[in-house]
Amino acid sequence: MPHKLSLIWLNYKKNKAIYWMALPVVLYFLVFKYLPMYGAVIAFKEYTVGKGIWGSDWVGLQHFRDFFQSYYFWRILKNTLVLSFYQLLFGFPAPILLALLLNELRQEMFKRTVQTVSYIPHFISIVVICGMVVDFSSRDGLFNSIITFFGGESSALLSDPGNFRTIYTASSIWQELGFSTIIYLAALSGINPELYDASKVDGASRIRQVWHITLPGIIPMIVILLILRIGGLMEIGFEKIILLYNPNVYDTADVISTFVYRKGISESAEFSYTTAVGLFQSVINFILLIGANRLSKAVSDNKLF
Amino acid sequence: MKIKRTAGERLFDGANVLLMIALIVLTLYPLWHVLNASLSDSGRLMAHRGLLLFPEGFNLDSYKLVLSNPSILSGYRNTLVIVVLGTALNLLFTILGAYTLSRKSFMLRNPIMLAIVFTMFFNGGIIPTYLLINNTLHMGNSLLALIVPGLVSSYNLIIMRTAFQEISESLLESARIDGAGEVRILWRIVVPLSMPVIAVMVLFYGVAHWNSWFGAILYIRDRSLYPLQLVLREILIQNSTDSMTTSAAMGDKEAIGESVKYATVMVATLPILLIYPFLQKYFVKGVMIGAIKE
Repeated sequence: MPHKLSLIWLNYKKNKAIYWMALPVVLYFLVFKYLPMYGAVIAFKEYTVGKGIWGSDWVGLQHFRDFFQSYYFWRILKNTLVLSFYQLLFGFPAPILLALLLNELRQEMFKRTVQTVSYIPHFISIVVICGMVVDFSSRDGLFNSIITFFGGESSALLSDPGNFRTIYTASSIWQELGFSTIIYLAALSGINPELYDASKVDGASRIRQVWHITLPGIIPMIVILLILRIGGLMEIGFEKIILLYNPNVYDTADVISTFVYRKGISESAEFSYTTAVGLFQSVINFILLIGANRLSKAVSDNKLF
Repeated sequence: MKIKRTAGERLFDGANVLLMIALIVLTLYPLWHVLNASLSDSGRLMAHRGLLLFPEGFNLDSYKLVLSNPSILSGYRNTLVIVVLGTALNLLFTILGAYTLSRKSFMLRNPIMLAIVFTMFFNGGIIPTYLLINNTLHMGNSLLALIVPGLVSSYNLIIMRTAFQEISESLLESARIDGAGEVRILWRIVVPLSMPVIAVMVLFYGVAHWNSWFGAILYIRDRSLYPLQLVLREILIQNSTDSMTTSAAMGDKEAIGESVKYATVMVATLPILLIYPFLQKYFVKGVMIGAIKE
C-alpha cells in the first residue's frame, strides 16, 4: 500500500524523535521474540550447528512423526494435562474464595494483616520454596513427622510417583494463593456500594448478597483469567518441576517442557526433535486460547480480544 | 447503616475469622520452622522430630559457615550486579516503549502493540531461543545472557503504558508549544509524574532478577559467574553442603549440613522479607493497574 507508506513517512517526518525512541524496543522484540519464532523452522529440518538454521536439510514432518510414535508422547502429554488440570481445579478457585472471604471480614486491620501475610510467599524464590519442600518431604522431615504423629508410615515422599501431583499442586497454592487474590480484590473494590445498601433494605442475607452482587461483580475478571489459564493449559510451570522431580517420579512428573529441556539441553542436544515437541505444545496452547476466547464470547460477552 | 446481625451471620463471621487465622498460621509456619531450625544447635536439631515452635538450643555457627562460604559470597555479588544493572536497563527500555506506544501521534502505535501482545501468547520455544542466545549471539557464559534477553516484559510494558496514557495530553501539548523535545518531555514531565508506577516496575523487575536461576543454568558455565539462586540450588536441592562442612567429623557432617541448609534459606530470603513491608503498597497498586487494562 504505497498510500499508507507515504502517510507513515509523513508521520515519521513530523515525529522523528518518537520513532527513534521506539526503535530499541522494536529491535528487542524482533531479535529476542520474533527471531526465535523464525528459528523454530528447525523443527522441520535436521539442524546441525555447523550448517546453521538456513543451511540444514529439510526433513518435513519427520520429527513430529517420531514424537507422536514415541513412548514418551502419551506420558508427557498426560502429565502436562493432568498437572494443569489439578492447578485449574484447585488453584483457580482458591484465590476467588479467599477474596470473597476477605471481603466479608469486618475489621479493616485484621483484613489487612491477613492480606499482608498471604502475599509473602510470592516473593520467596522458587529455588528456596522447592528447597523447603524437598527438606520437609525427606524421610525424617516435617511432613513425615506429621504423618507419623497421626499414625501413618514415614517414607521418602518425593520418590513416590503417587505423591508428586499433590505436592506440586499444594505447594503452588501455598505460594500463590494470596498474591492471586489481589486482582479479584481490585475487581471487588469496583462494585457500587449502593447495590449492597439496596439489597439490605430488601432484606437480603449476607450469603444472598455474596451470591447476587459480589460474585456477579467479579465474573468478568474470573472469565478473563480463566481464558488465560486455558490458553496456558499446556504450559505448566516447569522450573518448579525441574527443581522437585527425579527419575523415580518421571512417570507422573515429566511434562512436555521438562522433556524438551532434558532432551534438548541438559542430557542430550536433539535440537530439531525437541523444537518440534515445543512447537507442538505452543500450537495446541494457541488453539486452546482462541477456542476459550470464542466460547466465552459466545456464552457471556466477556472476551480477552 | 447498622443492621443487627443475626445468629447465623455471627456464626459465619466467627468461622471466617478462624479460617483466616488458620491461613496465617499455614502461611507463616514453614518460614518460622526454617528460622528456628537455622538458629538451633545442629546436634539437637537432628534428634528433634515434629513441629519446631522455638529453636532447639541456640547456635549461630551455621550462619557463620554460610556467610564465609565463597560460593555464597560470589553468588550474592553476581546477583547484585544482575539486579542493579538489569533493572536499570529494564526500566530504560520499558519507559521508552511505554512512552512511544502511549503517544497518539505515533502512527505505528497499534501494529507494534499488537505484535508485542502476540509474543505473550506465542513464542519460538526454549530451544530456538537458547540457540539464538548461545550459538548465534555468543552471549553464553556471561552475565549479559541473564540480562539482555529479558530487557522488556510485555506485561510490565502494558502496565506502564496504561499509566502513561492517563497523563493529560494537554499538559504534554503545552510543553511542546514551549519548545520541549520528546526526550525532554519524557524525562521532565512524564517520568516525574509516574513515580509510583516506576516504583512498581523496579519491584517487579528487581524481584524477578533476584529470584531467577533458570537462565543461569542454560547459559552460565563458570562457577564464578553463578548467581545466588544457582548456588542455593546446589545446596538446597542437590544437597551439596560439603564445601561448608569439610572441617567437621564424619558423623557431625550430616547434622551441620542440615542446619547450614536452613541458614542458607534465611540468608537468601531475609533481604526480600525485610524490604517487603515497605514495598507492599506499591505492588498491590501495580497489580491493580494491570488488572484494569487486561
